[in-house]
Amino acid sequence: MNMELLPLVWAAILGLSVTLYVLLDGFSLGAGILFPFAKTEERRDLIMASVAPVWDGNQTWLVGGGMALLTAFPKAFNLLLSTFYLPLSIMLLALVFRGVAFEFRFKAKQKTFWDRSFIGGSTVAAFCQGLVLGGYIQGFDLVTHPNGAESLALHAGSVFSPFAIATGVAVCLAYALLGACWLIVKTEGAEQAWARTAAKRIVPLIGIAVLMVSLWTPYVEPAIAERWFTMPNLLFLSPIPVWTAGLFGTLWWSLNQEQRWDGLPFLSCIGLYLLTLVGLAISVWPWIVPRVFSIWDIAAPEPSLMFALVGVLFIVPVILVYTAHAYYVFRGKTDIHDVYH
Amino acid sequence: MELDALLLSRIQFAFTIGYHIIFPSLSIGLAFFLAILEGLELNAKSPERKQTYRRAYDFWLRFFALSFGMGVVSGVVLSYEIGTNWGRFSEIAGPVVGPLMSFEVLSAFFLEAGFLGIMLLGRNRVGPKVHYFSTCMVSLGTMISAFWILSANSFMHTPAGFDIVDGIVMPVDWWAIVFNPSFPYRYFHMVVAALLSTSFVIAAVGAWYVIHNRQVDFGKDLMKTGLLAAAVLAPTQVVIGDLHGLNTLEHQPIKVAAMEGHWETGGEVPLLLFAWPDEEAEENYFEIGIPKLASLILTHDPSGELQGLTSVPAEDRPPVAPVFFSFRLMVGLGMLMLGLAWLGMFKWWRGTLGNNDWFATAIRFCSPIGFFAILAGWVVTEVGRQPWTVTGLLRTSGASSLVPGQDVAFTLLAFVVVYSVLFVAFVLFFRHLLRKGPGSLTTESLPHQGNARPAFLAGRD
Repeated sequence: MNMELLPLVWAAILGLSVTLYVLLDGFSLGAGILFPFAKTEERRDLIMASVAPVWDGNQTWLVGGGMALLTAFPKAFNLLLSTFYLPLSIMLLALVFRGVAFEFRFKAKQKTFWDRSFIGGSTVAAFCQGLVLGGYIQGFDLVTHPNGAESLALHAGSVFSPFAIATGVAVCLAYALLGACWLIVKTEGAEQAWARTAAKRIVPLIGIAVLMVSLWTPYVEPAIAERWFTMPNLLFLSPIPVWTAGLFGTLWWSLNQEQRWDGLPFLSCIGLYLLTLVGLAISVWPWIVPRVFSIWDIAAPEPSLMFALVGVLFIVPVILVYTAHAYYVFRGKTDIHDVYH
Repeated sequence: MELDALLLSRIQFAFTIGYHIIFPSLSIGLAFFLAILEGLELNAKSPERKQTYRRAYDFWLRFFALSFGMGVVSGVVLSYEIGTNWGRFSEIAGPVVGPLMSFEVLSAFFLEAGFLGIMLLGRNRVGPKVHYFSTCMVSLGTMISAFWILSANSFMHTPAGFDIVDGIVMPVDWWAIVFNPSFPYRYFHMVVAALLSTSFVIAAVGAWYVIHNRQVDFGKDLMKTGLLAAAVLAPTQVVIGDLHGLNTLEHQPIKVAAMEGHWETGGEVPLLLFAWPDEEAEENYFEIGIPKLASLILTHDPSGELQGLTSVPAEDRPPVAPVFFSFRLMVGLGMLMLGLAWLGMFKWWRGTLGNNDWFATAIRFCSPIGFFAILAGWVVTEVGRQPWTVTGLLRTSGASSLVPGQDVAFTLLAFVVVYSVLFVAFVLFFRHLLRKGPGSLTTESLPHQGNARPAFLAGRD
């Protein structure tokens, strides 16, 4: 192993963490975003119960991703987290509200406060993640202060730029759709019909959001446009929009089935988001701090990368096994009695 | 007005980490207790014994879920704060601290999360052995988590096994880094503190039932269990604490000087019971001390020489008063716990433990005593580390992120408000579970509806 390969491996580990976080906590947060549209208490209980056994593990990928960034690219951890101070701090507070709601809501006699905590926490956390994503895509300039300290200036000027707000909304919609598809897997009968309707309402909105962000991204950063729209990249990358269209078709078709193909919308959704994340990676490659530092510029020293890599290679397979086991234990339709006993 | 981002970040981190530490401490203790209870249940021969242990398990599981949930949400905050607020520290010490914290996530957080769902909600979905295994894995996860985070923390106190290359910490020997000089002492001191604090919570909950004349046998059992554990753990902690102190004397003598309020290097140092340290004048007022005792404890020689605060320039000394007073508070509370636990054992022998008397009342109000001692101990060690973030390598003044002061002021205010609300909710839910009691838990049905009071008042009857 050398310092050519190791940063690449760590970029892949980071990518894996982000991907698992987006897919797993995506449906957990999505359940919270859909929560206000579930009007009956029974429906809300069921939504929460469907996520309760697994949400903690899902959220752990956020910490895993953060610590992977600290381990492999400490300088990026400093620069990026300081730059996104407000959206990240607000996201953390939102996740606090979301997390405690699981514990407090089922114990409370009067659930309104914890309903709002769950809804607000999930929605604000998702929106803040979108804000960070938007600012990240747009890129940065390095600012060197008179005392030698360094910080980043956002190309967008502010973390609340119009593009970032658009990505914030897009992330909320994307999580909500994933949450609805999760509920289709975990529920049946009238509850499932409700989840299917919810998903069908979100799909057109998300189509617009994806189209908007996809077309807007090359516009906000010319380098991204160049990456996608010059030969021969255009040829190599052309399957991505085609696959995306195919998955959208599958998603729509499966949503319109009644009481069958329960898992297909969720899987199509995962496929769509994987493509989106691959698209993002292509747009940002090889930057860790876009337009300022590449993954090779500011990787941690070799002993750090090697030591932690040993841990990843030995422990992550075990994690995947027992996490799969946890999902297996709670497989099938959610039983509301699991949370009341 | 320019707001000082550094000062605000220090306040915010002290507040959020001090808040956090309470819950993992309780979780470490309760998870261990639950693992023992479930093990006893599985091994019990008679159905009555099995039922007794199961009843206690189901009762404490609810409290564990509460504290674990609070610990998780307040812990995620910290892992990001080291970037949002302590970015320069992350950049400089990240090559060492990052891998240690990654190991914590990989070996502890995922383990806890992977088995927590089964432990809390999976009773009807898995066999008894898988459930017991899950409980044990969650308990193991809490201990492993403490292992890595205290290793990283100890590195900040007594760094070892590294070089400095271009101003960045470069790991050289991982064994020396993980098992840096203060780590073994700090680890056992913290884990025993967590178990001891939890013992007092268990005993205090028992006392609550005795005093309220409800489930009295259950309450008596808890008082006996908690105080028996404390009677063993408290003296153990005295020994570990003493060893930790000697280790600190070797590696951070100025911290010990601040703990003892000892200004001038010299021998025959008294153990001060009380004093008012004045950092300007570099001396103490109103000293009340036991002659030569500090020398005796720390050097095992009544005339042993101890390094004083004035042996280093003022800018290399920690703030003396908080360290000095917190140390006395920690030791005092520790001695009080020791005395109460042994008195409890005496009363057990006399057959009066579990009576509704002054002792039960005292134990009841001592439920948070261990957590106060833990917080005092953390103030001693972390304030005592100042002015360094990493001893000898990185000053706290150079460790923070470049962020606008008003942003930090905003988030600090938000954390104080949000955490305060949640703490009130935690306490009220804790009381709610207490009032519900162990008996009703197994027959618990869907909660009532139509109660118009706010959720966080749900426990008030």
